[in-house]
Order: sequence, then structure tokens, then C-alpha cells
Amino acid sequence: MGIGGGSDMYRQQILDHYKNPRNHGTLDDATFSHSGENPSCGDTIRVDVRLEDDGETIDYVAFSGDGCAISQASASMLSERLRGMTLDELAAMDTDDVTEMLGVDISPMRIKCAVLARQVAQDGAKLHEGEIDDLDVTITED
Amino acid sequence: MEAPEQEPYPLDVEAVRGDFPILQRKVGGDVTIPGEDEADTEPLVYLDNAATSHTPEPVVDAIADYYRSYNSNVHRGIHHLSQEASIAYENAHDRVAEFVGAAGREEVVFTKNTTEAENLVAYAWGLNELGPGDNVVLTEMEHHASLVTWQQIGKRTGAEVRFVRVDEDGRLDMDHARELIDDDTAMASVVHVSNTLGTVNPVGELADIVHDHGGLIFVDGAQSVPHMPVDVGEMDADFFAFSGHKMCGPTGIGVLYGKEHVLEEMEPYLYGGEMIRKVTFEDSQWEDLPWKFEAGTPVIAQGIALHAAIDYLEELGMETVHAHEGVLAEYAYDRLTEYDDVDIYGPPGDDRAGLVAFNVDGVHAHDLSSILNDHAVAVRAGDHCTQPLHDKLGVAASARASFYVYNTREEIDTLVEAVDDARQLFA
Repeated sequence: MGIGGGSDMYRQQILDHYKNPRNHGTLDDATFSHSGENPSCGDTIRVDVRLEDDGETIDYVAFSGDGCAISQASASMLSERLRGMTLDELAAMDTDDVTEMLGVDISPMRIKCAVLARQVAQDGAKLHEGEIDDLDVTITED
Repeated sequence: MEAPEQEPYPLDVEAVRGDFPILQRKVGGDVTIPGEDEADTEPLVYLDNAATSHTPEPVVDAIADYYRSYNSNVHRGIHHLSQEASIAYENAHDRVAEFVGAAGREEVVFTKNTTEAENLVAYAWGLNELGPGDNVVLTEMEHHASLVTWQQIGKRTGAEVRFVRVDEDGRLDMDHARELIDDDTAMASVVHVSNTLGTVNPVGELADIVHDHGGLIFVDGAQSVPHMPVDVGEMDADFFAFSGHKMCGPTGIGVLYGKEHVLEEMEPYLYGGEMIRKVTFEDSQWEDLPWKFEAGTPVIAQGIALHAAIDYLEELGMETVHAHEGVLAEYAYDRLTEYDDVDIYGPPGDDRAGLVAFNVDGVHAHDLSSILNDHAVAVRAGDHCTQPLHDKLGVAASARASFYVYNTREEIDTLVEAVDDARQLFA
């Protein structure tokens, strides 16, 4: 994976989502909400998820937060990607799925920025389903 | 805009650059194990010198020569190599003493780095001397090495920790300092040159204020000693610390200067071999200064290499080093202030050390740093170990370009072009 792709990393799609974030804000009728941060960049993300009546399918996702272009664009793209997915499909998303979604190589030093929103959404779902408890805030892992 | 005619550099930059082979590197390809990747494309523009400086050939040679010719443990060998190594290692202390104006080797303790020097004093002096009712005075621009250390020692001893305000120009509010420093001030720990703001603090004046109240002062010289003439006696610091790797030396060595009578009264920080004179099952006696504070096998190769680094810098002349960085700092400041959407932190261009921390409106410092990296420009992005100061500045992070003896105006032009590229990308 290249680190040299600074400008590559900031292809139009990323910049577009950073400058014009989709689904930005919070949901009054969210089924669950969760927040996280990436200490290395100071990025913060909150994800609000509304499920359909089946309790499994994601109907709508909103996000809010602050931070670098990679973290915020990744959250914006994820908010679109997740609609219609099930919680199981969300749980199965890995880092490759995120970089594929972003469409660019992410340098090793910046990968935590890219995966923050996905981790927040996954942890939020786990908390909702009672698979984990006692997690106030997701902190991106090394 | 660039001045049509530019004054010559205070030193022969091309000759200096020839001493640093790493500056011939190209970067920009995939990051792999060093040496395995030949796809690098752009000439390196290294502006991360406040984090660590590069190593000139004479210093690399000194390390190699030690390992090739007289590698041996010091002080406890009667054999030939051990004596050679001991002499070279001890001489390195003398050279450091001479370089910063200490009385002699007994005032020069080799540590791992500035942080360890700060911790040595905090543990060996602070834990024994501080208690409720005492206070320790820091500044809002302290590096975490000083801030976190004294904050935690304060929690453990009950001593209050106070912070001298930084004003809007990035300078210490000296009136506030006079208010905070009182007869209960046992220690002040002050950064000589801010690694974020580039401010050069009036440490001599602060030492006078602290001493008038009977306290001690620790000066963090990590960003001053590599870049300007420093005389610890003249500033009347009780403790002074710096790191070898920021001044053409290797990693793994720092220096703690301490006034002899103060070090004499302190308990050791680390116990073990090297630092003892006599040991029985019941008790131990300490070795003389500075060895009392250098337990275990010390940083032999690093100390000898630091000697070589000081020789290298003094050959250039510390006044000349300072002047060269001054030219670059002012040039960088002027070029970056051409852009209204670039915020620079700290004092004006003609009154700062050789570093410039800044932000571009609408561009996160880490995005900025990634784009600069694409132009092969190495800067630091983050909080530079001054998180509370960044909170005060109202930003999560900043980008920092920092200069040294081998940097040029052309490299700053490349930096500015890359910054402009980031501005346009995010516009």
C-alpha cells in the first residue's frame, strides 16, 4: 500500500464528500446512536442509525463529527452505503471493504481515520444488540 | 513574493548538505523496508528537524569507529579497550560541559533524552522535596515532557501546579509569572524555546524571579541547544536538559545539567551498577557526580557521538547556525503570510526560533501533512506534545515546519507550493 498517494488519497470523491457531507446531522428517532474518536488525528464521529420494523435492516443513517477529510468523507460514504444493509452485513464489514468504498489507497498512518465511522457503527450495533456493554466511546485501535 | 535579490546564507549550505547523505534521498514511492524500494521519485525536503535532525558523516563515523575500534564497557575494566572507551566517554561529558557553560563533568549527567532528564529531577528531587503548600510553576507552552511529569508529581506530593499564561503573540505574560511565582514556589520548569510557537523565553529573567523567592528552575533546552549559543551559567539555571538527536547526534542520549551542589544533595534516580562506590548486604554508598546518576552500562557510543556532534556544530559556529535558521524562519514566515487563510502561531518572523507551526483554513493538519508528503515535504502534523496549548489556540492539531543548518529557501518554496496545492484542493 502506498504512502505516496497524498493527492491520490484526496481524489474528487473524497473531497466531495468532505465538502458536501451526505446525511450529516442527528436523528430524533434513531434506534441507536454511538460515538467514537481517533486520538491520533483528533477525529470524532457520532453515528445515528434507524432500523426498519424488522429490527435488522438499516433504514437510515446520519452522522456528525469533526476531523480530517479522510474520517469525515468515510463517514459520509458509509452513511449512504449502510442503507438497506442488515446488521449482520454491517458486522461483517472489514478494513478492505472501507478502502474499497473510498476507492483510494489509504496510507498506513491514516487507516484509523478511514475506519473510524465503520467501527463506531459496528460498536453501536453491538451495544444495541447487547453483544457488548459498558462502552461509552469507541477509540480506534492500533 | 520572493525578494528579487537575496542575501547570502550565513553558512555554506551546499557544503553542509554534502555532510548529510540522507538529504540526497528521494521519496514518494511505496513505504517498504529501507533500501528495498527504488521507485522513489521526489527529492526529499526535510523540514521536521524539531522532531529529530539528521546525522552528519563525522558523527556516523564516530559511532562506527567506536564499535569497530574500541567497543568496550566503561569504568570497570583494567584492559586497554575499556580504558580507551572510558576516556572517550568521560571526555564527552567534559565536551558537553564546555559547550553549554557548565563548570565540569560533575554537572553533566547523560540520560536517554530530555524527557528522562525531566523525570530524573521530578523523581529524585520532586518526590522527596515537594509536599502540600508547595507549588511548581510551569508555562502554558510546556512540552508534555515537562507538563505531564510535574502534573503527576504534583498529584503524588500534593504540590500545586501553576501555569504562566501565554499571550496573544505567543509570548509569556511575565506579569502573570511574577504573580504566580511566590515564596512557596519550590520549582519552576520552563521551556527555553517553544517547540510549537517558536518563542524564545526570557529564562534568565525567570530564573532571577524564582531565585528571589528561594526556588529552583529547570530549563528545557531541547529546542534551544541545537540552534543557538547557550550558557547555563549565564542564565543561572539550576537544571537544564536537552537531547542529542535534535542536534546532529544519535537517538538514545540526552543531557541533564545540574548545579553541582544541587545534584550533590539529590538522591539517585536509578540504582544499580556503575553508580555505587561500595556495597554491602546492608547498605550502599554512591559514586561521585555525575556517575551517581548513570546507573548500569551507560550510553557509551551515543555519548561519544554527541561529542562529535558538538564538534561539528561548533565548527559551523552556533552564532552562525542561529543566524542561518533565522534567515529561513523569517523567509518561511513571510512566504506563508502571503496567504490570508494560513494561520501561523507564535511571534513574528524576525523574533522566533527556526520553526513555523501553522494551519490552513478548512484543511485538517493531517490532511495537509499527507498532501505535503506527496510533494516529498516532511513536516510534523499533530499536537507536537503540547495538547493544552493547542486547546488554548482552539485547534486540534497544526502542521509544523522546522529548519536546520542544511535547509534552503528553495526547500521553503517547495513547502509553500505544496501548501498552495492543499489550499486549492480543499477550496
